Amino acid sequence: MKTAAAIEVRDLRKTYQVRDGGSWRGKTREITALDGISFTVPAGEIAGFIGPNGAGKSTAIKILSGILRPTSGTVRVGDLVPWENRIAHVARIGVVFGQRTQLWWDLSVAEGLALLRDIYSVEPERFRRNRDRLAEALDLNGIMDQSVRQLSLGQRMRAEIAAALIHDPEVVILDEPTIGLDAPSKLAVRAFVRDLRRERGTTVLLTTHDMHDIEALADRVIVIGHGRILADSPFEALQATTLSERILEADFTGPPPALFLPDGAVETERGTRSVTITFDPQRLPAPALVAHLSTLPDLGDLRIGRPAIEEIITRFYADHAS
Amino acid sequence: MNAFTLYRRMAGASIKAQLRYPGTFALQLVGNFVTTLLSFFGIWSLFHRFGSIAGWDIGAVAVLYGLVNVSFSVAETLGRGFDVFGSEYVKTGSFDRLLLRPRSTLVLLLGHELRLRPIGRFLQGAFVLGAGFWLSPHVSWNTVWLLPWAVTGGAVMFLGILIGQAALCFITVEGLEVVNVLTYGGVEAGQYPLTMFARWLRRFLTWALPLSAVCYYPALAMLNHPDPLGMPLWFGLLSPAMGFVFLALMVLWWRRGVAGYVSSGS
Repeated sequence: MKTAAAIEVRDLRKTYQVRDGGSWRGKTREITALDGISFTVPAGEIAGFIGPNGAGKSTAIKILSGILRPTSGTVRVGDLVPWENRIAHVARIGVVFGQRTQLWWDLSVAEGLALLRDIYSVEPERFRRNRDRLAEALDLNGIMDQSVRQLSLGQRMRAEIAAALIHDPEVVILDEPTIGLDAPSKLAVRAFVRDLRRERGTTVLLTTHDMHDIEALADRVIVIGHGRILADSPFEALQATTLSERILEADFTGPPPALFLPDGAVETERGTRSVTITFDPQRLPAPALVAHLSTLPDLGDLRIGRPAIEEIITRFYADHAS
Repeated sequence: MNAFTLYRRMAGASIKAQLRYPGTFALQLVGNFVTTLLSFFGIWSLFHRFGSIAGWDIGAVAVLYGLVNVSFSVAETLGRGFDVFGSEYVKTGSFDRLLLRPRSTLVLLLGHELRLRPIGRFLQGAFVLGAGFWLSPHVSWNTVWLLPWAVTGGAVMFLGILIGQAALCFITVEGLEVVNVLTYGGVEAGQYPLTMFARWLRRFLTWALPLSAVCYYPALAMLNHPDPLGMPLWFGLLSPAMGFVFLALMVLWWRRGVAGYVSSGS
């Protein structure tokens, strides 16, 4: 087993020249996609890399993959600068793009993997071992002889992951690996990534819009917005500092009555048979709120929980909007 | 694994994929053969009616026709990846996927598809080429070794056009229909003796796009037909090399395109 490599990014900037109106005429305008980002992912760590569309995520991923040259700044993956030695660099990384296929539509999964063996010059013995291990872990044995065109999205994504790992990459970049997958496929992908890190010590950079991916996998979350790093911390820390609020849902047997809530609680949603209340437990402890509500007529059930993870992230971007 | 072995494996996989639906494939092959053959009947009826045009008889024209079509069919077979580069790689963003592989982009695109369909054009061109030699009275049989040399020169020249066309996609993104003037237009122009064209076009087709260097001049040498414009016959023995020069220039232009793509990301 090879030792995993670390990712080091320093003051990375990327600006694009875009032309307004028409391809030849029109003024050029400079767009800053990355405005000086720095982070390090130590070898063997899984880092979540999140941000809204247009935040600069894809640009950063492209630079780390060696297919885009930054305007300034340095990147080291292991001991290589990705864009200076593309071929040596890409031989040591594996990339899964959730939206694009790495395999060949017209070939079977087995044929595609065999071609990748040739492209990456994987020795036959090591190839057989990796293929069998991946087929087992990703449950590919039943679909090896099917052409990629015929696979379901979930099957295809599992095949894609095998394709990206057939050459034992030291660093794996997963770009939206669970997008569009059904729940069992998502769980399978997550379990596989966890095992990959535990058993092989692979360094993983993960971008996703599904915060459950992050919660399940990432040691750390790097939040990017407007081309800058907004936060870089363990997920729990991000959760704690961003949103301490709690959600209370109350179900009624009839139409909910008008509520008069104490300070620290607001009604945030009203349905035909339910009301959602958001409250700050620092100012209004949950037992006090429950006591206040339990006298209401027709009250059926009460549930208290944390806000959805998406909510946390949305709030986080809003707080850092400027 | 070296690039050549890799190419062989990729080509093998591509052939397998094309033969997955043998019925469709056979029909395409026949279609390709018939449509290209029909275009020769146009020329044939012209010469049948007038006997010879400007000192050129049907035999010489058939040799030119055969040469250019055989050459082009080889390039079509090899260069499919470059032909569809704009629509299947740049527009869809899958060129990024290619750059993620630790191989030369040229090898990977050559390996995109070894296209079997142009076999129709190849067979048909070879058939007309054979007929042309049979109909020509002065074939110099000791220069027929020029044939594979001229076909190779022609094939790499057409491959050069396809690579140049692909490199242009880095600038315009849209697959450039205008380049078809050089590929299909080149095939059309190559079927006629160079003397039929205006002076500027003759120069262009010799020194810029060396179409006559890979077809017309070697054909003159093989047919022992002196050039009405006074180019010595030995020029045809060397001129197919210009196809390689053209290819080399297009490869440099391609590399520049890739470097530009990597620094602009679009």
